[in-house]
Amino acid sequence: MSSQVTGAKSLVQSLEHAGVDVMFGIPGGAILPAYDPIFDSKIRHILVRHEQGAGHAATGYAQATGRVGVCIATSGPGATNLVTPIADAHMDSVPIVAITGQVPGPAIGTDAFQEADIRGITMPITKHNYLITDPADIPRAISEAFHIASSGRPGPVLVDIAKDALQKMTDFHWPTQRTLAGYRLQLDPDSQGIEDAAALIAASTKPVLYVGGGVIKSNAAKELFALAALTGAPVVTTLMARGAFPDSHPQHLGMPGMHGTVAAVTALQKADLLITLGARFDDRVTGKLSTFAVNAKVIHADIDPAEIGKNRFADVALIGDLARSMRSLVPALERRYAKSRPDLTQWWSQMGSLRNNYPLGYDHPAEGLSPQYVIERIGAISGPDSIYAAGVGQHQMWAAQFIKYENPRTWLNSGGLGTMGYAVPAAMGAKVGAPDTTVWAIDGDGCFQMTNQELVTCAINKIPIKVAVINNESLGMVRQWQTLFYSSRYSNTDLHSKRIPDFVKLADAMGCVGLRCESREDVDKTINEAMAINDAPVVIDFGVFRDAMVWPMVAAGTSNDEIMIARELAPDWGSEEL
Amino acid sequence: MALHTLSVLVENSPGVLARVASLFSRRGYNIDSLAVGPTENPAISRMTIVLNLEGHALDQVSAQLFKLINVIGIQEMKPVESYERELLLVKVERSGDQLEKVVTAHGAKIVDQSPGGLLIEAVADDDQLQSLLKDLAPFIIKELVQSGVVALEIGAKTLAERTMQETGVSNADQRSVKEAGTADYQN
Repeated sequence: MSSQVTGAKSLVQSLEHAGVDVMFGIPGGAILPAYDPIFDSKIRHILVRHEQGAGHAATGYAQATGRVGVCIATSGPGATNLVTPIADAHMDSVPIVAITGQVPGPAIGTDAFQEADIRGITMPITKHNYLITDPADIPRAISEAFHIASSGRPGPVLVDIAKDALQKMTDFHWPTQRTLAGYRLQLDPDSQGIEDAAALIAASTKPVLYVGGGVIKSNAAKELFALAALTGAPVVTTLMARGAFPDSHPQHLGMPGMHGTVAAVTALQKADLLITLGARFDDRVTGKLSTFAVNAKVIHADIDPAEIGKNRFADVALIGDLARSMRSLVPALERRYAKSRPDLTQWWSQMGSLRNNYPLGYDHPAEGLSPQYVIERIGAISGPDSIYAAGVGQHQMWAAQFIKYENPRTWLNSGGLGTMGYAVPAAMGAKVGAPDTTVWAIDGDGCFQMTNQELVTCAINKIPIKVAVINNESLGMVRQWQTLFYSSRYSNTDLHSKRIPDFVKLADAMGCVGLRCESREDVDKTINEAMAINDAPVVIDFGVFRDAMVWPMVAAGTSNDEIMIARELAPDWGSEEL
Repeated sequence: MALHTLSVLVENSPGVLARVASLFSRRGYNIDSLAVGPTENPAISRMTIVLNLEGHALDQVSAQLFKLINVIGIQEMKPVESYERELLLVKVERSGDQLEKVVTAHGAKIVDQSPGGLLIEAVADDDQLQSLLKDLAPFIIKELVQSGVVALEIGAKTLAERTMQETGVSNADQRSVKEAGTADYQN
């Protein structure tokens, strides 16, 4: 199939061939030729209010659906506004394709109007990127971009296209073959590795399944469930993996890391074997690396060979697709177990005791509303079939702790980059991808003021998300650190956002329903009121107690052994047999 | 810390050098020398990178490099299994019989004899070049330029062949797009 079309038309046809059903973007000079055929395309284009919103929306869409998210922007500032969401998607391995217009080929390098070297700028924050100056290259680049973004360890791919390449005539050929000589995926793990891993697991009396976001990316929740059932080992799910394993499952010890449960943190710390599944030994999980799980051997299963041994030596590496690795591991392990099974009774008695003695909890303040209670009630009322997107900070940690997740792709957050302002646009993207699902943005008043303009996009495009602003009038997590580490000197963390802006009026001005809740008695009523509104976005301004803190906590740079369950309060290790 | 020489086959496409340089800079890898040039295949360039590294770091560098889509193959050039050379051009001020003796003894040659600026060319390994420079010091070194290391494995095998062997085909991802289907994009 071939016909003479403009490069712009070739781009739109390529996106259609790649299976794109929606993209988020804003037009501008250099990308303008593409917007003419977009006008006629079956692809839904959602006009956002800021390119950052387009990028996070593409990410939210991708995280909720597993499909590639697409964002589109013009050259220069349009492209540079995508830098934050691209870096965010790169850190969290989210498959998105970003299309940017570039100044015309002959103008490249002349410091032309709205010129920015976005390919150069995004080299370290994309899985791959392209600068296209010949329209004949457009279909191949788009085909490769979608393949690279979605396969292996997913990630963002940027395709920068010069304006004249969009304007010139070209033959449209959707490629039938890909020739990426340097892109080789190892999907099936090495069989010796599987045997070695099975041998380690069969010999371990203190194993932990250390589950990372890779389990969600590879759609391997079912395989994880089977492996967990077979081994009977404790399971911990990292911030990126919440929902990969049901919170209601008796083997689940919760989230490890800086704000993880005592049981999850200690399980990793005291284990003799870490069965690491699509996790990357991030500093927020390991604490001080040299003191992390010092007696544990490590099985590291990941599709990215560069993760093996990056932060922690792996005794056994399983490079491959996680679902396949776990599927291979089960029969190998069954053969071992047929001969002998390790006794985990002692290990479970220790972990069970920690779980019972140190559950997640919070106090209701004498005056004011507990933010943890608000978030817990949203999770309880809206339920585990809803999608929850969080910003970054205290509310994010509480949402990871106090909402109970049962399913993959129901918890969206910016884990690696820690991008404040992620929640509203990501929730928008998720709702577009999953229109029949209730989608909440659990946001902070600081985060909300970074990207709330996308509520206009939601209102106009009938994307009825629900936003809970956990309003403590401050940059709460920074304030918490100031309380703990800077003698309560609150330098520049007071946002005064109870007074300005008025979030209810702001919501109203943006075409949303605005609600306010400041007392414990009104929490359920207000959430239910929001649940009943399905034809418009809803914003609830929850005025909460500003000095609530996130606990437990492993202070940055310290050992997981120094976990605190409240200020200056460590677990009573003396009574725990470890 | 120890020096390691990596040979890297890359697609001959714009921006490849920037990608490699960006990766090394971002991850804090120390480059001792870098040489890039064409190969027997016009679509492929070859980089020879000398790195100052310790322990497991070499595996990590190789794995990170290989994540670059334009990197096709990587091989460490181990000292006993490979042949390494650098090119040195050096300009000295003083001439004379002694200079010719030194130059000949080191297997170098004088390529230009302008008054007050004799240009000497030498191709050797780094130790040999350092020794030459030491012997040239009395003739007053005015200016010098040295290339990065280039290296090839000794024997019949080539890096391109090894790359093909590892993957089974020369273009491992050359499967049909139709066969992969749209579902391919949806995982």
